[in-house]
Amino acid sequence: MTMSATDESAPAGDDEQHRTATIDGYNFAFLDEQTKRMIRRAILKAVAIPGYQVPFGSREMPLPYGWGTGGIQVTASVIGPDDVLKVIDQGADDTTNAVNIRRFFAKTAGVDTTERTKEATIVQTRHRVPETPLAEGQILVYQVPIPEPLRWIEPRETETRKMHALEEYGTMQVSLYEDIAKFGRIAKGYNYPVLVNGRYVMSPSPIPKFDNPKMDRNPALQLFGAGREKRIYAIPPHTPVKSLDFDDYPFDVETWNQPCALCGATDTFLDEVVLDDKGGRMFCCSDTEYCAERQARAAGRARGDAA
Amino acid sequence: MSGQSLLRATGVGKSYGDRIGCRDVSFELWPGEILGIVGESGSGKTTLLNCLSANLELTAGRVEYDTRVDGMADLATMSEPARRMLMRTDWGFVHQNPRDGLRMNLSAGGNVGERLMAVGARHYGNIRRDVIDWLDRVEMEDGRIDDLPSTFSGGMQQRLQIARNLVTKPRLVFMDEPTGGLDVSVQARLLDLLRGLVRELGVACVIVTHDLGVVRLLSHRLMVMQRGRVVEQGLTDQVLDDPQHPYTQLLVSSIVSV
Amino acid sequence: MSTQSEPLLVIEGLRKSFTLHLQDGLELPVFNDVDLTVHGGECVVLSGPSGAGKSSLLRCIYGNYLPRAGQVLVRHDGALVPVTGAEPRTVLEIRRRTMGYVSQFLHVIPRIPTIDLVMEPLLVRAVDAGRARDRAAELLARLNVPERLWRLPPATFSGGEQQRVNIARSFVADYPVLLLDEPTASLDAANRDAVVELINDARARQVAVVGIFHDADVRDRVATGGFDVAAYREAA
Repeated sequence: MTMSATDESAPAGDDEQHRTATIDGYNFAFLDEQTKRMIRRAILKAVAIPGYQVPFGSREMPLPYGWGTGGIQVTASVIGPDDVLKVIDQGADDTTNAVNIRRFFAKTAGVDTTERTKEATIVQTRHRVPETPLAEGQILVYQVPIPEPLRWIEPRETETRKMHALEEYGTMQVSLYEDIAKFGRIAKGYNYPVLVNGRYVMSPSPIPKFDNPKMDRNPALQLFGAGREKRIYAIPPHTPVKSLDFDDYPFDVETWNQPCALCGATDTFLDEVVLDDKGGRMFCCSDTEYCAERQARAAGRARGDAA
Repeated sequence: MSGQSLLRATGVGKSYGDRIGCRDVSFELWPGEILGIVGESGSGKTTLLNCLSANLELTAGRVEYDTRVDGMADLATMSEPARRMLMRTDWGFVHQNPRDGLRMNLSAGGNVGERLMAVGARHYGNIRRDVIDWLDRVEMEDGRIDDLPSTFSGGMQQRLQIARNLVTKPRLVFMDEPTGGLDVSVQARLLDLLRGLVRELGVACVIVTHDLGVVRLLSHRLMVMQRGRVVEQGLTDQVLDDPQHPYTQLLVSSIVSV
Repeated sequence: MSTQSEPLLVIEGLRKSFTLHLQDGLELPVFNDVDLTVHGGECVVLSGPSGAGKSSLLRCIYGNYLPRAGQVLVRHDGALVPVTGAEPRTVLEIRRRTMGYVSQFLHVIPRIPTIDLVMEPLLVRAVDAGRARDRAAELLARLNVPERLWRLPPATFSGGEQQRVNIARSFVADYPVLLLDEPTASLDAANRDAVVELINDARARQVAVVGIFHDADVRDRVATGGFDVAAYREAA
């Protein structure tokens, strides 16, 4: 298998070995170089203005909207042959969406893939931030369905842009007010709006609010791609990210009154798993890699103890 | 009563091509003063109101407002952020149809609280307390605070709209037929409420209406408009009791008394 | 006393006529070249037959009618201030603190309790609500308005009761200048006496009063001077 692209096609760091791994007839990482350049320019702008939604010319991708077309285009534009890619969907490495996107880049870019957060240079995600802390140099790419946090309050795009430009975020606060008035607390469990770098209110994509604190001053670069809505935004490394709240109803994350049934972790986001049709259920880590790693380590310790 | 005027209109005009909305309107509004604008439908009074409140671009003249920070400023050359800030803090706008002035998908409390949050209020308990205080002042039950405006009667919706506008203690409120859609029994109560609040807060108002009874009870000064022009202006009772212009005489003599 | 020698109300060369545009611009002359000066403690009673322009003169003084020529000056905050040609807010300020007016009819917002209506002139002068209520109650009692009516709006009251509410509204605020347009017209003898007493109390406080009284008995008990408006009739 050889690649048809010319020398200047791929970002810095390309080498023959990787090129030969990709399928014939496609450019490196699927998108043509002009498109990737256009997207990288949008990303640079997004990084320069943390939390600001940059419009970009989103392309048709070989998967439907809602399956991560925005995230894939961002990943395709920043990925190089030496990158190691991890893809998760709701925290799991082994769901259809994650497996397919990983396979897509393995085929079109010939990059190495991994399930280990620590080994990845790029992590593309749908609806979670990995439990393993990210490090400087890593890139977290979020798939975003609706980038505009103000849309539920103000449907006119012309108006929401003005509201962002003029920092008119009172109405956003009203939606939280309505929650407290109705439910006695801010009921938003996911897609909980944040203020980035003290300036732009941003939708964190539908991650659980449990993950919001991880965005704050994260050493990794966080990129957000919305394919259908044609918007890219970003949180540069170490940028303050604050979840909106009230002084007397401060932001908090959800807790569980039991540890993960598989690895015993008490500080992770747990999924509820139905076991049978008799009401049996268990709670276990949503981040499969983190959970498996802890289980393996525990097993290793147990063997060591036995030896 | 000396000092500076709050709003100053100089030669204000608005035309749509050949069609004239209003022309050559000049006046000064003083703090706490209530100006009524009357005239039949199509006389240009609503156009004028929209010009004064910066909702329409003028085609002639200028409107200046005494801003809290920079003093007298031309609304047309003011930056958009400053203008929008003005609109949601120092100004209010009460629409004839409460649906135009309320967010129908937000609770009564959310509607009143929005303007507080827009100027930075971030303490739920305090916002709630202020909202309840304002619901009391417009004579609405506290118990309705979490209900949607669509569950309210027309009169209650209008009172809610007034609370929403006055909660930030504006210095100037524009009103477009504030009692227009209400039956007379509700109108009287609302008029008294408005009069009391306006006096208590010392807020200046520009009220557009075709109801001469409303202006007699509410406004200090009156402007009579016909075909886009101000044909007569002065002290409200003087204009109504001793009208000078033929059109005003016609208007006053056309009132049906029962 | 210097306050006695200083006039509170000065009228110079006042002329009023009406132009009826709806009647092909018909001119209705009322009076011309009226000069009148009223001092504190005086009660000038306007006289002349019906249609002579007595009410029109009162309304011109109050700023309610627009004179064609001449001027009306009122002592306001120590200086003689023109009412004619003044800014609306100036006229309103003079009415708020200096000049009261009892009209023949009660013009008020419907459905407001009587006591609140009577308090209003004090509230607009930023008098504390409690004190305003006490003073209003005192006046209503003096004018024999039964206490059970105070909480009701005056719309259903008799003509005499409405008139007394109107008088209470004008006397509650102790204006230095008072204009009275037939305040006793629909009152019985006892209530007429109460009003006469109020007017004479005001005169004793050095209030300048200009009034129209058809009742000769009342006129004789309050007047310090007369003024025949008919003498100033202008030929049509």
